[in-house]
Amino acid sequence: MEWITLTIDGRTVTVPKGTTVLEACRMNDIKIPTLCHDPELTPAGSCRLCVVEIEGMRNLPPSCVTQATQGMVVSTHNKKVREARKTILELLVANHPLDCMTCQKMGDCSLAEYAYEYEVTGSVFQGEKRQLPLDDSNPFILRDPNKCILCGKCVRVCEEIQGKSVLDFSFRGFNTQVGPAFNVPYSESECVFCGSCVAVCPVGALTEKEMKGKGRPWEVEKVQTTCPFCGTGCNFDLNVKDGKVIGVTSNPEAPVNGRHLCVKGRFGIDMVHSPNRITEPLIKKDGEFVPASWDEALDLVASKLGAAKDNYGADAIAILSSARCTNEENFLMQKLARAVIGTNNIDHCART
Amino acid sequence: MKSLLDPCCERCTHTAQTPCKDYVRCLTEGPICHDDEQCKAERQRLLAEIKTEKTSAKKAVLFCTGTGCASSGAHSLIDLMESELKKHGLENTFTTRPTGCHGFCEQGPIVIVEPDQTFYTHVTPEDIPEIVEKDLIQGERVERLLYVDPTSGEHATTYNNTPFYAKQNRIILHNCGHINPERIEEYFAQDGYKGFARAIQEMQPLEVIEEVKKSGLRGRGGAGFPTGLKWSFAQQAEGDKKYVICNADEGDPGAFMDRSVLEGDPHSVIEGMLIGAYAIGADEGYIYCRAEYPLAIKRLEIAIKQAQEVGLLGENILNSGFSFNLHVKAGAGAFVCGEETALMASIEGNRGMPKVRPPFPAQKGLWAKPTNNNNVETWSNVPHILRHGADWYAQYGTEKSKGTKIFALTGKLNNTGLVEVPMGMSLREIIFDIGGGVQNGKKFKAVQIGGPSGGCIPEEMLDLPVDFDTLVQAGAMVGSGGLVIMDEDTCMVDVARFFLNFTQKESCGKCTPCREGTKRMLEILTRITKGEGKEEDLVTLENLAHVVKNTSLCGLGQTAPNPVLATLKYFRHEYEAHIYDKQCPAHACSALLSYSIDADKCKKCGLCARNCPVSCISGDKNTPYQINTEACIKCGTCLDKCKFGAVVRA
Repeated sequence: MEWITLTIDGRTVTVPKGTTVLEACRMNDIKIPTLCHDPELTPAGSCRLCVVEIEGMRNLPPSCVTQATQGMVVSTHNKKVREARKTILELLVANHPLDCMTCQKMGDCSLAEYAYEYEVTGSVFQGEKRQLPLDDSNPFILRDPNKCILCGKCVRVCEEIQGKSVLDFSFRGFNTQVGPAFNVPYSESECVFCGSCVAVCPVGALTEKEMKGKGRPWEVEKVQTTCPFCGTGCNFDLNVKDGKVIGVTSNPEAPVNGRHLCVKGRFGIDMVHSPNRITEPLIKKDGEFVPASWDEALDLVASKLGAAKDNYGADAIAILSSARCTNEENFLMQKLARAVIGTNNIDHCART
Repeated sequence: MKSLLDPCCERCTHTAQTPCKDYVRCLTEGPICHDDEQCKAERQRLLAEIKTEKTSAKKAVLFCTGTGCASSGAHSLIDLMESELKKHGLENTFTTRPTGCHGFCEQGPIVIVEPDQTFYTHVTPEDIPEIVEKDLIQGERVERLLYVDPTSGEHATTYNNTPFYAKQNRIILHNCGHINPERIEEYFAQDGYKGFARAIQEMQPLEVIEEVKKSGLRGRGGAGFPTGLKWSFAQQAEGDKKYVICNADEGDPGAFMDRSVLEGDPHSVIEGMLIGAYAIGADEGYIYCRAEYPLAIKRLEIAIKQAQEVGLLGENILNSGFSFNLHVKAGAGAFVCGEETALMASIEGNRGMPKVRPPFPAQKGLWAKPTNNNNVETWSNVPHILRHGADWYAQYGTEKSKGTKIFALTGKLNNTGLVEVPMGMSLREIIFDIGGGVQNGKKFKAVQIGGPSGGCIPEEMLDLPVDFDTLVQAGAMVGSGGLVIMDEDTCMVDVARFFLNFTQKESCGKCTPCREGTKRMLEILTRITKGEGKEEDLVTLENLAHVVKNTSLCGLGQTAPNPVLATLKYFRHEYEAHIYDKQCPAHACSALLSYSIDADKCKKCGLCARNCPVSCISGDKNTPYQINTEACIKCGTCLDKCKFGAVVRA
C-alpha cells in the first residue's frame, strides 16, 4: 500500500493514498462534524459542515470529498473554519422546528449535538420556516419534512442499498424537499418500509412511529439479538425500557445485515407484547378454544397423529416447519417426521 | 447545378455514404478531383449569389429573423416582400433571405439590402412596397427608414457607418444576420467547415489541441478556463468512449449571446464540436439547449440534419475514419443545469443537481465516460482558430484574454443589443461608444456584469479593460457576457435583492449554504428595501455572503453573493441610507417613498386626482389637493402629471 504524509492542525499524519481528508482526520481522532456523510453511501458533499481550510486551495473545501495528498496542510478548527460551520448550523437551525423537548430524536440528533458544540443561538437568522404537512400515512414511519435538513442520506440509501429509488429531491431553492415522486405519502408510494431511511436520518425527520413517546435514548437498554422472522439471521438491537421491548433499531455492527432490515424485522416486533399473542396451548372443545396444559395438549396431538398413522399409514402425515424456528428446532422437527412418525414428508415454509 | 450542394457533373461522387476527403474545399474552390472550367464557373456563380458580393447579379434583401425581430413580425415582412416582388415580376431579380440576429435588437425589425449594406430599421409591413419601388427598382435608399445617429442626427448610409457596428469586431457574429442559418450551403460559402477539414486532413489530434492552446482561447461560459488545456485532460483520459458537450443552457437574466449564435450560425457550433471531438477522440456529442429557446433548437436540428446529409456528421466523415454523431437535448428550465455536472445529470435523465469533484468530467463525465464540455461561444470560436491559425486569433484581445467576446447590452442604455468586441476594450467604450450611453440623458450609476454571478461596477471603474482577470479583481466577472446598465434611478440594494431572488429560486437545494444562505440574504435585503433594516443587518449580511461564497458546492452558490458583496463594496452608502435614514437615494423603493402636495404650489387643476389610479387624491377648485397617504400606492403618476411641481416625493 502506498502511504502519504500530510499535516493536520500542526500534526504530521500518515495515511494510505486515496484517503479523504475526513477519513485521515478520523483515523487520527480529529473530530469533524458531518451530517450528509455516510461511509456506506456515495459521498454527496452537500451539508458542507465538514469544511476545512487547506493551504493553496481556494474557499473552504469539504473534507469528506477532498482527497488527502502528500504534503497537504490542513486546518480543521481554526477561526475561519469554525465560524463557517457555525454559520451553516445557524442556517439549518433557522429553518428547523425547535420542539426538541418533544422530539423523538432528542438525545440522538446530530444537528442538536453540533448546534450545542458550536454554540448556535438560533437567533442570528430569523425568517420564514417551512410549514409542510407531516406524512403520517403509514403505521411505521413518521415523516416530518419540516425537520429535514436535506442531507440526502435517505435518498441515497433507498437508491444505493435498497435499490428502490422511492425518494428524491423535488422543487428548488428554499422550497426543496425530499419525498416520493409527485410528493405522494409513503403509503401510496413504492416504499416497502424497510426503514433504512429512518436508520440513516441524522435528525428527527424520519422516526419510528411505534417508539414515539415510549423512551429516550438514554433510558433505553439496547439488546443485540437475531431477528426471529426468517432464517436470514439479521441482527438488530431491541430497545428495552423497564423490561419491555419498545422497538427495534438497527445495529451497524450486525454481521449479516449491517443497518439494514426488512419491514418485519424493523417494525414487526410489537408482537412481543401483543395481547393477541398465544401464551398457552389451546384445545378446541365444542367449537371453542379452551386453555389446556402442555401435557394435555401434547397427549392429544400424539394420539391424533398415532391414530392417523394407524388408519392411513405414516405417509398420510406431512409436517411443515417454519423459517422462524431455529436450526435446532427444525432439526428436531425432521427427526420427529422421519424417526418417530416414519415419513419423509417434511418441508419448510422458506424452502421455495 | 441549382444548389452549391449539387454535384457539378457525374464525375463528382461525394455522398454521405461515399465520402470524399476534399468535399469541403471542393464546394468553394472546386472541383478538385477533375479539371473543368465549366464546373468551376458554375460553382463560382452560385457562390457569388450566396455571398451577395458586389459582383453578384442579384441584390439580396436580408430579414433578421432572430427572436427579437421575429416577434416583431419579421416573418410577415418576408411574405409581403415576396408577394410584392412577384407583383412587379422581380422574383428572379432579387432574392430574399431570412437570417439570424443582427444584434441591434433595439432597432428591429431590421431589413438589410446587400451588397449596398443599406440598413433599414423599425420596418413595418407598410414600408415594404416603398423599399421595393424606391430601393430595389429605382436604386435609391428609403431615407426615412435609415438608422439615425442620436448624437449627430444623421442618417447612416450603411450599417458599418453606425457607431453601434463601427467599433465592433464581429468574428463569431460574422455570419449572424448575413447568412440563412437554415441553409448549410450559405455556411459553406463563408468558408464553413474549412477549419474542421484542415484539422482532420492536415493535423493529428494533439496538434489540434496545441493549436487551440496556442491561440489562448479561454472558456466563454464564465470561468475563463483555457480551452486547449481542458481538451487535453479529456484527450489524456483513458476510455473507449468519450463525449463532447455544448452547454447551451444560457440562463443569466439579460444574456442572449448564445441564443443568437445558435439561431444565426448553428453550423459554427457544430464545426467547433467536430474539431473538439476529433481532438479528444470523442465520437458522440450533445448540445444541451434550454427549452426556452425553441428557435435555436429548431435551427440546430435543421443544421444537424443537413450536416448528416452531406456526410459531415455520421460515420467515416470525409473518408477519414473519424465518426461523430450529435444530438440536441432540450433542458427543463433549471438555471443550475448550466453547471456542467448538473447538466450531465440532466442529460442522463436525472434531476439536475451538481456533483462534487473529483471525479472531474474529463475523467468521469456523462455516463461516467471522459467528457469535455464547452459553451456555445467557446465552440464557435474554434473553427476560426483552425481556419486562420492560432497566431491570427491571438492578435485580438489582451495578453491573457485572447480573441473577442460577445456582450448582451441591456438595461437603461440607448442601444440595447448584441455586440462583439476584442477582449480588453474598456467598459466605457462598450457602454457609451457602442451602446450609445444612458437613456433619456440620465446619469450612469452602475453596470452589472456577469449576471447573477457577477458584480456591479460603478462609474469610476468604467475604464477597466474587460478581460477575465481584471474584472474578477474588481469583484465582478466576465461571466457569460451580460451587461445590464443602470441609471441614477436604480436602487443598488434593490438590484442585489433582484439577483438574490433569482439565485435563491434557482438554487438546486443540494448544499446548505446556497439553499438556506441565499434565502436569509434575500430576507435581509428585502427587509432593507422595505425600510425595516436593522443596524446589525449589514454585518450579518456580509458575514453570511462570505460563508456562502466560501462553502457552497458549485459555482452557483459560490458566486451568488457577488451582487451583494459588490454593491456593499461600491454602494454601501445606499444600504446605510435605507437602514439609518429610512430613505432610498434612488427613490426606487416604494416602501420608503411618500408623496405629498405642496399647497402653495398647487393650482387646484385636479389633473393629479383625475389620473390617480386609486383615487386617493382629493380637493376642488377652492381647496388645494391632498394625498391620502394611507391609500396611496406610490406609483408616481401624480408627480409625472403635475405641471407646477406641486407634488413632492420624499
